Amino acid sequence: MTVIGWIQIALYCAIVVALVKPLGAYMTHVFNGDRTFLSPVLRPVERAIYWAGGVDERREQSWLTYTVAMLLFHVGGFLILYALMRFQALLPFNPAEQSAVAEDLSFNTASSFITNTNWQNYGGESTLSYLTQMLGLTHQNYLSAATGIVLAMALIRGFARASARTVGNFWVDITRCTLYILIPICVVYTLFLIWQGIPQTLGPYVEATTLEGAKQTIAVGPVASQIAIKMLGTNGGGFFNANAAHPFENPTALSNFVQMISIFAIGAALTNVFGRMVGNERQGWAVLAVMGVLFIAGVFVCYWAEAHGNDAFTALGLTGGNMEGKEVRFGISASSLFAVITTAASCGAVNAMHDSFTAIGGMIPLINIQLGEIIIGGVGAGMYGMLLFVILAIFVAGLMVGRTPEYVGKKIEAKEVKMAMLAILVLPLMYLGWTAIAVVYPPAVASMANPGPHGFTEVLYAYTSQTGNNGSAFAGLTGNTPFYNITGAIAMLVGRFWMIIPAMAIAGALAAKKIVPPSAGTFPTTGSLFVGLTVGVIVIIGGLTFFPALALGPIVEQLAMRAGTLY
Amino acid sequence: MLRELRPAIVLVIILTLITGLVYPLVMTGIGGMLFPSQAQGSLITVGGKVVGSSLIGQEFTSDKYFHGRPSATTAPDPNDSSKTVPAPYNAANSGGSNLGPTNKALIDRVTADVDKLKQENPSAAVPIDLVTTTGSGLDPDISPEAALFQVPRVAKARNIPEDRLRQLVNEHVEGRVLGLFGEPHVNVLALNMALDGLK
Repeated sequence: MTVIGWIQIALYCAIVVALVKPLGAYMTHVFNGDRTFLSPVLRPVERAIYWAGGVDERREQSWLTYTVAMLLFHVGGFLILYALMRFQALLPFNPAEQSAVAEDLSFNTASSFITNTNWQNYGGESTLSYLTQMLGLTHQNYLSAATGIVLAMALIRGFARASARTVGNFWVDITRCTLYILIPICVVYTLFLIWQGIPQTLGPYVEATTLEGAKQTIAVGPVASQIAIKMLGTNGGGFFNANAAHPFENPTALSNFVQMISIFAIGAALTNVFGRMVGNERQGWAVLAVMGVLFIAGVFVCYWAEAHGNDAFTALGLTGGNMEGKEVRFGISASSLFAVITTAASCGAVNAMHDSFTAIGGMIPLINIQLGEIIIGGVGAGMYGMLLFVILAIFVAGLMVGRTPEYVGKKIEAKEVKMAMLAILVLPLMYLGWTAIAVVYPPAVASMANPGPHGFTEVLYAYTSQTGNNGSAFAGLTGNTPFYNITGAIAMLVGRFWMIIPAMAIAGALAAKKIVPPSAGTFPTTGSLFVGLTVGVIVIIGGLTFFPALALGPIVEQLAMRAGTLY
Repeated sequence: MLRELRPAIVLVIILTLITGLVYPLVMTGIGGMLFPSQAQGSLITVGGKVVGSSLIGQEFTSDKYFHGRPSATTAPDPNDSSKTVPAPYNAANSGGSNLGPTNKALIDRVTADVDKLKQENPSAAVPIDLVTTTGSGLDPDISPEAALFQVPRVAKARNIPEDRLRQLVNEHVEGRVLGLFGEPHVNVLALNMALDGLK
């Protein structure tokens, strides 16, 4: 670990925190329907969309209607994306003449993008046409991100409102989120990325003759516009197979730094939106503090493990940390930091190959996802995921003192706790369950790229990442097989929607409740005791659920590495 | 619930067109105007022919050139399309080795590469980036140490004094962005083109 490495990390945290208030204020205005500085340009577009869709923007929806609207919207998006992949050979913008994508891979990829997972069983530049990349993937990058954000807004409104029957209007929220928040930031961001060197062209792949006279085909495309929303929306699906390690997706250390900031920006700002909506910004800062504690711990361990490197390399006289699968322009610190950020949020972009991380270095991304991606988390998804844990923490605190717990003025009762448990327990059921099946099913075992405990970790990581809608991978695993495509798609769909529906039910139940004014017996939820308690509940629930699986994978591999055992 | 069907269909279509077609095409137009070179892929042309991209590494095997990092990219096997064959720096199929830290294949490969490099230059420590594969398979850079390590070999093959080459390498070291971000590195293609231009 180096001083300059830590300075980069500290500067990163400072910038993310500095963005929380301005971005949070702006987003609060957008979702409250206030005029913003972009309204003169965007308001006519917004009204035209409502007119065409027959949307009455003043009519709000109950939590159930809101959820149904969201589901219908996803069915439409799924069908478009699936059809684009199946028919891309017949459609325009296909200079590399990519053929139709197979049924199981299309199913997996469509599920992957509507759920904000962006798991890559496809290799972008070798499988997809430009039209599929733009109209299929870029568009879902936007809409799955917007969906996460608006669902978090619905839950936040549940906390903020008193005796209300509605939680907002899905169509209005999704339109405003896309038009006022995501597109304006992405337009500026895309230009920055092109300036840094990311291509943005519809021209064909370039044929070059290298200095030594060999032929090199260089894949290009409309990359920058997709990378902007891929990062800002915590999607993470690459234009290219190598994702953000590819020089055309992440050309410089500066583009890398800005990409890392954009992963966290909206998720962190949502804590502030929450604070503003419930009338006390300190409530938001307390939630952000819980996330911050877990984040810094992860960064420290991952950076330490990668800087320490592989003992087998050290024995050969090599120094400088574990550079296998990393890029020279980023080095150890920016690669480790990126890995922790991308898994703390449900982004899943990678600027180094997690499969080649040291055992402990690779375990941190895995733990981040298994905790439920509530450390900032996916845009919106992290916020509602974290609020579920907060409900549990408050419930535990209530049990200790024997009174009905309250959070930001709402009584937390049996229904909320049951729904929160349902959402939190389904995640391990998916990733542990599918992993258990895959490791005893010979065709699935054959997909492992690495022998020994590392192969097990590859499978565990694959299902964890898909259930958590992350999308990063221990990419050696050959995931493009019917078994992994189909089981993975199920994991992604359950992981997304089985979390959303209970969260929305909680939103509806909370909105209907009265607000209880704080009394002398109210547990204060803006202080360090609350932060410590919530961190504790997250770590204990997480630890009890997945520690045995980690012991079979990365922990045993670390011990093996120390002992000099190879597989 | 039925009245949610119309907005579902209409909004899916409109928002798809805005975010999936209007947005990328407008960005392609503006980006191409403002940054024409980058938008096309930062291509390097010599005498009207494209020799590569300044951002994409390419394979060098000759002793007369500085070499980049090992690359694990593959290409379809021409004899059997269900299999792949190694094709270093294949810029149409990026990817890393994905070998885990306790995989014997990884350690054997690194050991063999270290032995080879030690014969080439016994006097310096082997830089780790010269024996580890790049994440993308297309890393255009090596560390300054890795470039300096290769100076004796290139000097001998080209019959140029080592000091002259060290000076050339040092001229091509790109520092941290703003003195802070990333790691110092040397772009191998730029270095080798400068090498070809030396008199």
